This record gives sequence, structure tokens and C-alpha cells, in this order.
Amino acid sequence: MNTSSSNMSVPASLDRLQDVMAFVEAGAEAAGVPPTKRSGLCLAVEEAFVNICSYAFPDGQGEIEVARFANDEAFVLEIKDKGPEFNQLSVPEPDLSIPLEQRQIGGLGVHFIRNFTDRADWRRENDRNILRLTVTLGEKGRPS
Amino acid sequence: MNIQTRDEGKTTVVSITGKIDAMTAPAFETALIDLIGQGHLSLALDLGGVEYISSAGLRVILASAKSLKDKDGLLLLANPRGPVKEVFDISGFGSVFNIHDSVEAALEAAG
Repeated sequence: MNTSSSNMSVPASLDRLQDVMAFVEAGAEAAGVPPTKRSGLCLAVEEAFVNICSYAFPDGQGEIEVARFANDEAFVLEIKDKGPEFNQLSVPEPDLSIPLEQRQIGGLGVHFIRNFTDRADWRRENDRNILRLTVTLGEKGRPS
Repeated sequence: MNIQTRDEGKTTVVSITGKIDAMTAPAFETALIDLIGQGHLSLALDLGGVEYISSAGLRVILASAKSLKDKDGLLLLANPRGPVKEVFDISGFGSVFNIHDSVEAALEAAG
């Protein structure tokens, strides 16, 4: 089985989002993630990155580390921060049936993280929040 | 992201190209707020050139729709392509907005 891994670290600032996206895109492409799934994964990563910038480091001081791993079956990202303990996956799902006027958009980002990956897990380890996003390769993945 | 506008009768067509993400959403929001402030109360967003939209972009669309509704205005969405369409579907936007396959269809709906 072929495996590869790589990681990067950027300040928790929205203007570094492009660097993270480029890192994710390049890794996903090399791992053979099909284009439609790559686009969905980028969306999930943006939502996670924006959430961390706003909840973990509201004053803009902090680092976000992104690690990517690939083998024959899956492409996996881990997004890590040293902010206060917070599981962004615990945010309730939005109620999509509510009429427009009463609708709150909060929770939509997390809804995308869940729906545009094959698997999303969170853990707290060594005083860090670690969000792990997995997309499977080949036939077993989410139909696109 | 680039934004161009043109008037079609009483409706203003707003053509957006590129990515509407957390970085570009504030400029998108400013453009729509300015149009609404200038009295353009029937807006049709032509999304044909949008390759990517995240929740930051959806938030702007939702806020603009609410603002227009308060002013008896109208926001129409037209021409979403693959990834944008998928985001609309998964967000449930399809059930709160009338999404038109073309700008012409949106203009027809605007009357």
C-alpha cells in the first residue's frame, strides 16, 4: 500500500485560507480524489478553518496546523488548533425547513463539513482540538 | 470574484464570476447592500460564472433576501452550476428560494 503524508502551519487568519486550500487541493489531487469530491472537501476545509479562526482565536493570535495523509483507500486531513476545547461537530444541525424570514444560517458550515466528507471526527489531544476529515477513494465513497 | 450589473426593465441582473468564499463574501455583501441602498429592489443574481460558494456566501444571499423582502423587493437566483447547485441542495436553499435555470427564466418570473 502506498502512503504519503505532509503538513503545514499557518496563522489563524482568514487571509491564509488560500494557502490552506492550495495545500489541500494539491494533496487531494495527488491522492486521486476526483474533482467533484475535491471541491466538496475544500468547502468543508474552509468552513472548519473559518470556525477555528472565530471560536479558537477571536483576537487573531494562534496557529492552525493542517496535516494530510493518503493511502490507496482514503485521503485524510487533520486540522489542529491549540484553542480552548471545542468540538465544532457538536453544533446542532440547522433546521432546513424553517421559512426564510425566521431562518438562522448558523450551523450551516458544520452541516457542510459533515455532508461534503465521507467521515468527520473530532478529538482533544495534548491540549489541541483535532478535526479529522476523511474522503474515501474509489467506488466506496459518497456518490457525486 | 468579479461583479457586473446591468438593468433589464425593472430588474437589475447581477453577474458574479469566480469564488464566493470567506475572503470575497464581504465585497459581495457590500455590492448588494449598495445596490439595494440605491433603490434596486428587484435583483437577479446570475450565478453562471460562480465556481464555488461557501456558507459565507449563502449568508450574504440570505441577508440580502431578507433586506429586500422588508422593502417589498425581490431576490431571484439564476443559473447555478454544478458545485454551487450542490451546495444549494445540501443547504436546503432550494426550498426557500425559487432557483431558475436561466437569467431569462428569472426575469420572466420577476414579471
